[in-house]
Amino acid sequence: MTDGWVPEIRPTDDLSAEERRRLVESMRPEDAEPVPELHEIDVPAALREQIESAMSKYPEIRSASLPALWAVQRHYGWCSPEGMRQAAAVMGVTPGYLESVATFYDLFHTNPVGRHRVLVCHNLACWLRGAEDVLDAFCGEAGVDADEADHIGASSEDGEVYLRGFECMGACDIAPMASIDERYYGPLNPDDARAAVDQLRSGEDVLPDRALSKRQAAGGPEPDPDPRVAAVEDGS
Amino acid sequence: MAHETRLLFRHIDEPGLASIDTYRGLGGYRTLERAVKEIEPDELLNTLEQCGLRGRGGAGFSMGKKASFLPRGDMEKFLCCNADESEPGAFKDRELMAKNPHQLVEGIVIAAVAAGTGQTFIFVRGEYAEVADTLDLAVAEAYAAGYAGDDILGTGHRVELVVHRGAGAYICGEETALLDALEGKRGNPRLKPPFPAIQGLYGGPTLVNNVETLSNVPHIVRNGADWFKSFGTEQSPGTKVVSVSGCVERPGNYEIELGIPARDLIFDLAGGPPEGREVKAWFPGGSSAPVLTAAELDLPYSFESMADAGSMLGSGSIIVADENVSIPHLALRTARFYHHESCGKCTPCREGTNWTVKMLERVVSGEATPMDLDVISSVQDNIIGHCLCVLGDSMAMPVGSMVAKFRDEFEAAIEVGRDAAPHPLDESPTDVKPVPLGAPS
Repeated sequence: MTDGWVPEIRPTDDLSAEERRRLVESMRPEDAEPVPELHEIDVPAALREQIESAMSKYPEIRSASLPALWAVQRHYGWCSPEGMRQAAAVMGVTPGYLESVATFYDLFHTNPVGRHRVLVCHNLACWLRGAEDVLDAFCGEAGVDADEADHIGASSEDGEVYLRGFECMGACDIAPMASIDERYYGPLNPDDARAAVDQLRSGEDVLPDRALSKRQAAGGPEPDPDPRVAAVEDGS
Repeated sequence: MAHETRLLFRHIDEPGLASIDTYRGLGGYRTLERAVKEIEPDELLNTLEQCGLRGRGGAGFSMGKKASFLPRGDMEKFLCCNADESEPGAFKDRELMAKNPHQLVEGIVIAAVAAGTGQTFIFVRGEYAEVADTLDLAVAEAYAAGYAGDDILGTGHRVELVVHRGAGAYICGEETALLDALEGKRGNPRLKPPFPAIQGLYGGPTLVNNVETLSNVPHIVRNGADWFKSFGTEQSPGTKVVSVSGCVERPGNYEIELGIPARDLIFDLAGGPPEGREVKAWFPGGSSAPVLTAAELDLPYSFESMADAGSMLGSGSIIVADENVSIPHLALRTARFYHHESCGKCTPCREGTNWTVKMLERVVSGEATPMDLDVISSVQDNIIGHCLCVLGDSMAMPVGSMVAKFRDEFEAAIEVGRDAAPHPLDESPTDVKPVPLGAPS
């Protein structure tokens, strides 16, 4: 809504609040979507509650962008334009702002993806231990193109499995590893990968004996404490 | 025979350690109680400065000194625990948080009291969903027990603690990008100075520390600076959790005293490469550290000795490549990662990582000439030090070091690749004969 108004060229510090508002308004493309009105949008109650609870935790509302996008993704399965519009309405920001944030981060999906997310690490430590074969086995079993999965991610035709070659996820001790529905599994071989896809499709527990949560420290059982550690523990 | 010295990893596999009752049963939270009730914040800060603890996130800067940079006064100050451990090869923070979250919470609260920061955050990377759930539970338990909140144990100290989940971006481990991500923006690094200690989160003074650094705090406050200095070397005091991965028999986290020979760590503790193979190259501090060779395995593993060898200890993550690994392919893998993760804000990094990947692809596919290796080196030289953050440097240093130390292998790869290429350069791929210039058509 510029109605032909052209700002005078002078330092923005000197502008009044009204002039500043019009300046910002004039710089906005005509088709930019404004902040959606909350009362005009139907936001699922559970989603709204999650976003509002996140907003209350931070000194500034915008800090809730990431938690809000996580909530949208959990609710709809991906960061859908409609979901981001709803979150934007609750937060009082433009949908474009949330979209700009969502596209920056690898874990937010701005396109629909398969129901189970499998991220296969293809970074150094996993690559050194055969990650390429594991990714190929996952892709072969799920019936997706390995090259596409490795670079941009791909979903199987039945919509059950989404596969993506991913950068280091911080579990090089179980290399080669994969994150399946946000839980870590490894070390994997191609047979494990094929079994995992079948288990995901049939709804069974995935690779129960490969779960990271069951792994003990690499150094083995607790050794005798160092004398300096033992001394202070006795004293307490 | 090298051995572990478990301080942070003490009782790491104790069943139920992640719950507050087990942690308290092993003496946990007593230090916090003493710190808020009996010790003045200035004295706490002094202890942290005296102990010489160096940041465990990568830069190795003195933790106490960093905390002392925060301005005094009544303004709102912040503490962020950097749990966005994304460096390839690093996984120590994951194990520390997943198995002993209360040690971290206790450390954060004590550090927050010492530095006078009322609002604290744990920025945990998005991939660590399981860890984030564990931390959420631990923080809720700490609040319920009065170890965090408005009025800690009735002493009037206020420390609020929020677990913030990232969403998958390596760059958010850089402290100013982390602050942007925490403010709900795209995680782009900021220009420094001003450093976060002066102007950080929401424009307020902010202390950013790594998980392992903060997990050390309860032990230091409990036992004193001199006790802490009895571990490790003079310039690198304390223990260090080292993540060893790649071509070794027993990859994993090992807690050692800094200063033991790297060979002991890689061979005695992690089991060395598979039977019959030799170490060819190793990254001493995650994939952004310049690689070292087998000849440098006997160096002591400490901040100062790794720096003297032209590399760095970084976050303390060793990745071992054995003799079967092709260094040009290793360089390409490394460069691809940084190319993917570059945020795109600074030109040398955005373009430099892209061109390095393209040139290395040419090296392994046989389309390069040995002259390209000089171009690769010069691109790396033009990245280092020319960006807002060190992401570009993190590619330039290892790739540059690989080209410098294994140049023969790159040249051989170029030759081998050229022979294997479907259309060697000296043969025309088609039957079309070149038309001499000026000839009538």
